[in-house]
Amino acid sequence: MFTFSVLIADDETDFLETIVNRLQKRKIEATGVSSGEAALELIKVKPFDIVLLDVKMPGGMDGIEVLREIKKLQPLTEVILLTGHASVETSIEGLKLGAFDYLLKPVKFAELLEKLVAAFENKASQEQKIRGAKIKEIGRPHS
Amino acid sequence: MKRRLYANLQRKIIFVTLLVSFIPLIFLSVTIYYQFAQMFKGKIEEQISYRARVQSNSIELFLKERTAILLAMADAYTFDYLSDKNNLEKIFRIMNNRVGGFIDLGLIDSSGKHVTYIGPYKLLNVNYYSEPWFHEVESKGVYVSDVFMGYRRVPHFIIALQRQETNKSWILRATIDSDVFETLVRTAQVGKTGDAFIVNKAGFYQTRMRFGNEILSKSNLNPTIFGEGTTVQEKMNAEGRKILYAGRWLKNNNWLLVISQDATEEMTRLFKTKQMEIIIVTAGCLMIIFTTIFTTRMTIRRLENSDRKMNELNAQLVHSDKLAALGKMAAGVAHEINNPLAVIAEKTGWMEDLLTEEEFQNSQNLGEYKKSLHKIEEHVERARKVIHGMLGFARRMEPHLEDVDINKVINETISFLESYARTNNISIIYDSNPDLPIIASDHSQIQQVFLNLLTNAVDAIGKDGTINISSKRHDLEISVIVKDNGQGIPKEYQSRIFEPFFTTKKSGKGTGLGLSVSYNIVRNMGGTITLESEEGKGTIFTVKLPVVVPEKK
Repeated sequence: MFTFSVLIADDETDFLETIVNRLQKRKIEATGVSSGEAALELIKVKPFDIVLLDVKMPGGMDGIEVLREIKKLQPLTEVILLTGHASVETSIEGLKLGAFDYLLKPVKFAELLEKLVAAFENKASQEQKIRGAKIKEIGRPHS
Repeated sequence: MKRRLYANLQRKIIFVTLLVSFIPLIFLSVTIYYQFAQMFKGKIEEQISYRARVQSNSIELFLKERTAILLAMADAYTFDYLSDKNNLEKIFRIMNNRVGGFIDLGLIDSSGKHVTYIGPYKLLNVNYYSEPWFHEVESKGVYVSDVFMGYRRVPHFIIALQRQETNKSWILRATIDSDVFETLVRTAQVGKTGDAFIVNKAGFYQTRMRFGNEILSKSNLNPTIFGEGTTVQEKMNAEGRKILYAGRWLKNNNWLLVISQDATEEMTRLFKTKQMEIIIVTAGCLMIIFTTIFTTRMTIRRLENSDRKMNELNAQLVHSDKLAALGKMAAGVAHEINNPLAVIAEKTGWMEDLLTEEEFQNSQNLGEYKKSLHKIEEHVERARKVIHGMLGFARRMEPHLEDVDINKVINETISFLESYARTNNISIIYDSNPDLPIIASDHSQIQQVFLNLLTNAVDAIGKDGTINISSKRHDLEISVIVKDNGQGIPKEYQSRIFEPFFTTKKSGKGTGLGLSVSYNIVRNMGGTITLESEEGKGTIFTVKLPVVVPEKK
């Protein structure tokens, strides 16, 4: 059983809580925050494998901006966007900025799990490649 | 109400147009006629007064010549010589030879006795002492009399002059031939009714007029109205005809030569002109009336038509605005429901997760819990589908442009429904139209439109029927007609058919979003979608799409 860490940012706290619970129940390290800013704060302290990011959160930072910041702080962290129908275009823009994929709300849980696993696998293989390339440069804490 | 408004407008336009065209036209024609009449009258007056002048000159000359020859004779001869009848006769002959126009010649002594006389009347030895002219001669020396009857009882006038010899005075007197004189005067007569005559100061005729009047009868013409030189007067005669009189004083203002002319006769030409003008103006007016009425009617009719079209267009706009607003509202509602729905779904999932835990496994109602949760999930899924439909309807995504072959899209769509249609004995007929161009459009959106239309058609038929699809290329658009022989749409529903959530299907069978989504897709592409339907006979949907030529790659 492999496990990975997921940070979920969504302003709908009921939704957030439940997702976190369900993921934790499946032995996934899940943490929930209710805003983009909080997500960034947390990422600065602790790296996550995957960030599940709601594109539209009223007040505060725009999902796309948060994505940009995450990619700056942790380029290897995979970001999956959560979106409503009205913001599909925004999500497509997010894909261009390096998001792994997007999911339409309301998401079927099975689908979500599938995406998370795929994202983690992608990240793992990326890291493998980088690790190989970095063998000679061990010692640098941040790239 | 509207009709009356137009009729009113039409009346007003016609009235104003006629007014502004008639007033100047009539004013102009009246002015021109007046000016012309004035000129014409002036011309006639000038003519008649010219004739009066010329004629008076020749009459004056006539009298002067005769007076002169008489004077010459009196100067040349003595009383004794003239009292010889033979001598006097010789002189009379000479005078008539030279100037003519004398009827007789007589010598009168100072007592008034007619001493010698040459002429047709028996006037020898008549005494003129008491005659008025006798004293005139005595006082003036030379005297040309008015016309009078005298002893001979025939109207005539005389030229008389007095001569002094050492111890006596005598008078030589000649009578002018009235016929000759009248002929002279009458040479000034013109036209059918024109006249020329002489009256004396008191208004008695000195010559005969052309029609009627006796010499010496009183004329009803008042000579005092004629002034210096040549005067032209206008008078009505007894028959009510307008007569022009030109008068000129002769013979030291004792005689008045009058030339008259029937103005009416002269004016006939003017009347003809007037008639012609009236005919032309009337014809012009009639033409203006017809043209004005005709063009105004046409304009009003056109106005009415465009007004009506505008109203129709407005109604359409209002309708499509309404649909757009409804769409927006649906999107808002969908969005608001989406989030709670997501929470419900997740919570249900969480409960299912928890049920797998050991402590619940022994619960009596585990099965019931699981079933209920499953039901909740099922209905969340159902709601989710509706929401997705609504959000799809509201999505304002720009159509993704690609090369679209309408024939292909239609055939594909038919293939989706073919097996279902076959089992229900519905035939879907479409002959690909080779005229249709490839257009730049969104393949999946167009497919959605046709799928919605065909699904509706199939549903409307139910069992046993035909769906005919045909397509046509116009200059700038492609039209696709989907015709079914199903149950048709009741009239009262037809205007609402494109509204979201409006459906005639049984509840749970349709969301009421298909046609409104189709409507919005076609509208976003710049096309139209319309329907014709008759209950019990079927429905025809017409989709018109603009021909957008794909960019050459």
